[in-house]
Amino acid sequence: MNEITKVRQGFDSGTATGYDVEEVRKDFPILSRTIYDKPLVYLDSAASAQKPRRVIDAMVSCMTEEYSNVHRGVHWLSATATTRFEAARKTVQRFINAREDREIVFTRSATEAINLVASSWGRTNLREGDEIVISHMEHHANIVPWQMLRTERGIVLKIVPIDEAGTLMMDEYEKLLGPKTKLVAISHMSNALGTINPVKDIVRIAHGKGIPVLIDGCQGVTHLGVDVQDLDADFYVFSGHKLYGPTGIGVLYGKAEILEGMPPYQGGGDMIARVTFEETTFKGIPHRFEAGTPAIVEVIGLGAALEYLMDLGLDRIAAHERDLLAYATAQLSEIPGLRIYGTSPDKASILSFTLGDAHPHDIGTIVDRAGVAVRAGHHCAQPLMDFYNVPATARASFALYNTFDEVDALAASLRRVREIFG
Amino acid sequence: MTGLMMDDLRDLYQEVILDHGKNPRNFRHPEDSNREARGDNPMCGDKVTVYLKVSPDGIVEDAAFEGRGCAISTASASMMTELVAGRTEAEVKALFERFHEMCTKDDHEHVHGGDVDEEALDRLQVLAGVRQFPMRVKCATLAWHTLDAALAGGARASARASTE
Repeated sequence: MNEITKVRQGFDSGTATGYDVEEVRKDFPILSRTIYDKPLVYLDSAASAQKPRRVIDAMVSCMTEEYSNVHRGVHWLSATATTRFEAARKTVQRFINAREDREIVFTRSATEAINLVASSWGRTNLREGDEIVISHMEHHANIVPWQMLRTERGIVLKIVPIDEAGTLMMDEYEKLLGPKTKLVAISHMSNALGTINPVKDIVRIAHGKGIPVLIDGCQGVTHLGVDVQDLDADFYVFSGHKLYGPTGIGVLYGKAEILEGMPPYQGGGDMIARVTFEETTFKGIPHRFEAGTPAIVEVIGLGAALEYLMDLGLDRIAAHERDLLAYATAQLSEIPGLRIYGTSPDKASILSFTLGDAHPHDIGTIVDRAGVAVRAGHHCAQPLMDFYNVPATARASFALYNTFDEVDALAASLRRVREIFG
Repeated sequence: MTGLMMDDLRDLYQEVILDHGKNPRNFRHPEDSNREARGDNPMCGDKVTVYLKVSPDGIVEDAAFEGRGCAISTASASMMTELVAGRTEAEVKALFERFHEMCTKDDHEHVHGGDVDEEALDRLQVLAGVRQFPMRVKCATLAWHTLDAALAGGARASARASTE
């Protein structure tokens, strides 16, 4: 019996700890549509995940039944919307096991959350010559804000190297931490390789030297879940739309004692206690960091998404995705000329690859015509592409609703790429 | 290509394109070039540098390119360097405009007419398949935008991929 059959049999015979994926798929209306008259095979959830009916309904219900601005009105609708809004904050708190709901700051995106830390914490705490440690596999969102701070403040960026498999070199990481290191900012899981970083060790080692840590959890929280107290990270950021929630909403988790020491990031309405033309007294956390009317409907939607995930069970989702990745890895490895990037022993849900001489863009277009949606590009991780000396890769990313049959559809469409490009 | 292939994909990946994509012509950095520009496609990270040798009286005597990209962008750059050599800057410009229209507009929408070498335009027809693949238009036009920047900007210029 070959590897593929074994993996698939393991799944089919129920040895996997997953769930009935066909039932789960019914929760996602878009998954029943066709593209070019073929069933949609959506393998781009690492870029943005599809939304379950529960999220859609929660947002529609918010706008049709209970919509108003929050934190402002004395009327019934405003009070109700505010209650729902703050309940969603508590849902986020529960989802990542934060100690208090005021440690949850709503932002526009994970990118904005990192920018908030760079601007507020960074400008307050960093001086010329101070060092920030990031890794070679970071998303641009966890590179560029620090580079902007480097230009402004003269700080120094240190890069933790990776090996050929795409595993973080932990020995080198430890060596990079010195008396000038003021922050470590590293992703929980690589969006381009699937590598899971040992974030708990990363935090422990940094804290041993008194250095705070920011974790970019955009992929990690989606596939692995997170317990911020267990992890002990000082900051943890993620976005709603990769978590089966809406776009336009992100989360900055920060330890209360650290957030309290940070000045506001933007000034405006709903973040102040009192304004006169002489001075302004700011609200406490988290409202101090939420200037302007927030994304009310999106926050409600995010809350619904997290409830959905908790009901389905993050462990079961992770198990299902682990089976899919194993099966897909075995299937795609059989295709001549296909090279997988990111072969770290600890990885999840993402298969990044090239196929012979075919450029990933050409791969993307050809498989798209078979109804298969994959990402083709640099995945906003260009330094990582440079490391592997490729301009781009094709990336299939697996989510809680994907099936083994969809992996087969991907493999079949990739064989078509070989027909064209030889 | 087998009969299993869908028709629009066959339109996009014609043999000429696959050939130019695999064996690009004028893929080099000429020592005597006097104009160059770099083009980037931020969507996929592709990049191209176009080198031109333009005579004092405005004739593009030599065109070459380097970089890396998909089959469409490489083939487009390769064919472009073959087609623009020996033409005046004005002719090159006119060809670019017509080619751009060909990649983005249906036939009846063409607005530019006039002094374009129709034979050159005919050869470029193989790239017109991108019309059915809007996400790929910038692949086909990247090298041309870069060429345009090189002509406009002189010795060094840069271009971004058109988002049209």
